[in-house]
Amino acid sequence: MKLKWKDSRFDSQLGRAKGLGATGHGVDHWIHQRITAVANLPLMIWLVWSVVHHVAGASYEEFVAWQAQPLNAILMILSVVSVFYHAALGTQVIAEDYIHNEGLKFFKLIGIKLFFSATAIACVFSILKISFVG
Amino acid sequence: MSEQSNKVERPLSPHLQVYRPQMTSVMSILHRATGYALSIGTIMVVWLLIAAASGPEAYAVFAKFAGSNIGLFLLLGWTVALFYHMCNGIRHFFWDMGYLFELKKAFRAGYVVLAMTVILTVWVWYCACPWS
Repeated sequence: MKLKWKDSRFDSQLGRAKGLGATGHGVDHWIHQRITAVANLPLMIWLVWSVVHHVAGASYEEFVAWQAQPLNAILMILSVVSVFYHAALGTQVIAEDYIHNEGLKFFKLIGIKLFFSATAIACVFSILKISFVG
Repeated sequence: MSEQSNKVERPLSPHLQVYRPQMTSVMSILHRATGYALSIGTIMVVWLLIAAASGPEAYAVFAKFAGSNIGLFLLLGWTVALFYHMCNGIRHFFWDMGYLFELKKAFRAGYVVLAMTVILTVWVWYCACPWS
């Protein structure tokens, strides 16, 4: 999330050339997007299958009983972490491509990170609470 | 400074508006659009999990919305978006590995993605229907 006006006079020319590119992150973003995409594929197949068979139309007791099972809790936590990280990376690119006002882009990029971090933590806490307390 | 120079009227090279939309380009922007829609759809998952952790009353509010016409319409939209993004994501994996770049194959894979999106969406909603 390097901004255009960020002063980079402390970087050597070699340092800048060594692969950090225009955003200062090199290929990390691209690689992380692919890794989470690969992880998302089986996780979302599981999630859709679970929603169809266990979640759709479930009563409170039914859903909590299903979600409290260790395997379901683990897969749900993995789904949330992988999908939300993938979503944060994806929406970051959209913001970088379409928002041309540097100030607005700055807040949008911070907002994306805060939103997905907060919602992911909220989900993980909720899943653990259901598993341990009911 | 950049604010100032942006206002200078300079001739611009022709961009998207000079091209006829093609299936490949439309599918490309749809991948982004569905990805963005799905990232908003995460709110539904967050709501479900927090509501279930909070108790029966909060869960009932979620269940009522999810089962309402608006809720079902949104869920249908997110199902289409999920399967499109998933199938087209697999198409992207093939491109990342260096396959399907020939025009014919790129188009053919695109049609497969569109067909699979429809088939999977219909199949899932048929399975999820209480009267199926």
